[in-house]
Amino acid sequence: MARAATGISNSGHQRMQRYSFFGLARHAASFHEHWQRAWRNPVMKPGYDVIIVGGGGHGLATAYYLAKNHGVRNVAVVEKGYLGGGNTARNTTIVRSNYLWDAAAHLYEFSLKLWEGLSQELNFNLMFSQRGVLNLGHSLQEMRDIERRVTANRLNGIDGEVLTTREVKALVPLINDSPAIRYPVLGASWQPRGGTARHDALAWGYARAADNLGVDLIQQTEVTGLRIEGGVVTGVETTRGPIHARKVACVAAGNSGVLAAMAGLRLPIESHPLQALVSEPIKPVLDCVVMSNAVHAYISQSDKGDLVIGAGIDSYNGYGQRGSLPVVEHCLGAIVELFPAFSRVRMNRNWGGIVDTCPDASPIIGTTPVEGLFFNCGWGTGGFKATPGSGYVFADTVANGRPHPLAAPFSLERFHTGALIDEHGAAGVAH
Amino acid sequence: MLRIHCPYCCEDRAEEEFVYAGEAGITRPLAPEQLDDAAWGDYLFFRTNPRGAHQEMWFHASGCRRYFKVLRDTVTYALAASCRMDESLPLPAVDVLP
Repeated sequence: MARAATGISNSGHQRMQRYSFFGLARHAASFHEHWQRAWRNPVMKPGYDVIIVGGGGHGLATAYYLAKNHGVRNVAVVEKGYLGGGNTARNTTIVRSNYLWDAAAHLYEFSLKLWEGLSQELNFNLMFSQRGVLNLGHSLQEMRDIERRVTANRLNGIDGEVLTTREVKALVPLINDSPAIRYPVLGASWQPRGGTARHDALAWGYARAADNLGVDLIQQTEVTGLRIEGGVVTGVETTRGPIHARKVACVAAGNSGVLAAMAGLRLPIESHPLQALVSEPIKPVLDCVVMSNAVHAYISQSDKGDLVIGAGIDSYNGYGQRGSLPVVEHCLGAIVELFPAFSRVRMNRNWGGIVDTCPDASPIIGTTPVEGLFFNCGWGTGGFKATPGSGYVFADTVANGRPHPLAAPFSLERFHTGALIDEHGAAGVAH
Repeated sequence: MLRIHCPYCCEDRAEEEFVYAGEAGITRPLAPEQLDDAAWGDYLFFRTNPRGAHQEMWFHASGCRRYFKVLRDTVTYALAASCRMDESLPLPAVDVLP
């Protein structure tokens, strides 16, 4: 291991030291003082083949797949803050693929399949845990919608079952199954392959693997303008000076609209605060993910023991990375009704992220009227689960200059053709 | 928590009394059948989503039950002005987009 770490790879930098049990033991013997940096802190070059704007999970995944699948290694990821510091660090880490419409189901299921081998591929423990995801139904109409969605999922080869109240109670003994509560649990959809993952690890894993393939990760550098000449993108302006590029790929979540405006484009996106909170750590009490669209609450328990709780979006537009307390109050009211045992649990932290929501609750992936400029945005409340698939299809789109077949339905043009992918039912708010 | 000034009730009230109703100043085309797909899509789906001053509509659901316009900063969330639907907000002279 140590010898391998000193080798120089053909991309001119130190080869990635693989993480393993034996490596851990070896480093323990030297008091963990000689671990290799997970990635370099490179000096910005004057130009690249591809610049990716935004160093969150999606941007880093795009960089990794560009280098790995398409041999495009002269790539920079330009991040205004630090890697994975935006919505990647702010979500509630739920992974699932039970979306209604074919286009969305195929994209999210493709992503879930990538998740299943990703820890091994990246040599980074993503703590991906397929503990199962429950989506509760609280009314007859919601149960009908759940039956429709599960049937559609199964036709698309996605696992799913419709559970009764009794079966939900058997899975989650703590849940309040009384028919007398305001929103009684009438049943649920159940996706056993869904679950949770470590959100930071996803960004770090992709960053480390991309860096190993020669991608430059440029942090603390904000893109302040796009260079466009004659309808062709030629680079970006940053707070550390201009960078030349043949292609620019924007993956900036809530700030996508600001970037689009730099190119004179408009996106059908509105940015909203989405809040989440974690409790103090408690003993293991909840071994799957429980979500409810109707009451705008979802909950899981992390490996540390914290209850990770997500609320709905704030209705108003905002870039402030914080929301209003009434939304949190509404969410916690619903959680306490569903789980009376949690009423005395204290909350440790509450935060907000800025989600870029599209009118049809589906993302925008693809080309733009500006040649060489690509956008991947509009993931709204549900981007985390899609990170691997998003990066994979977006890298393909950027490398070949045309949409990947899975990404084709998610073009910007759909808002003019009317071919929307309405996932409010499956995406809704709950993530 | 926002405290929103209702121009009809003439007082600041808590955000929970109100319902957000989207960007203000979007006029429904008078003859939709004469629009092409691009113009109709723009009307339906495209909003300004500025980082800064934003003119928006709120509905006083638990009060006078009337719609009105608000000028709010989307970064600081500070509310600069409210007015009735038939009035104009004092929009900032310069575009606040970076």
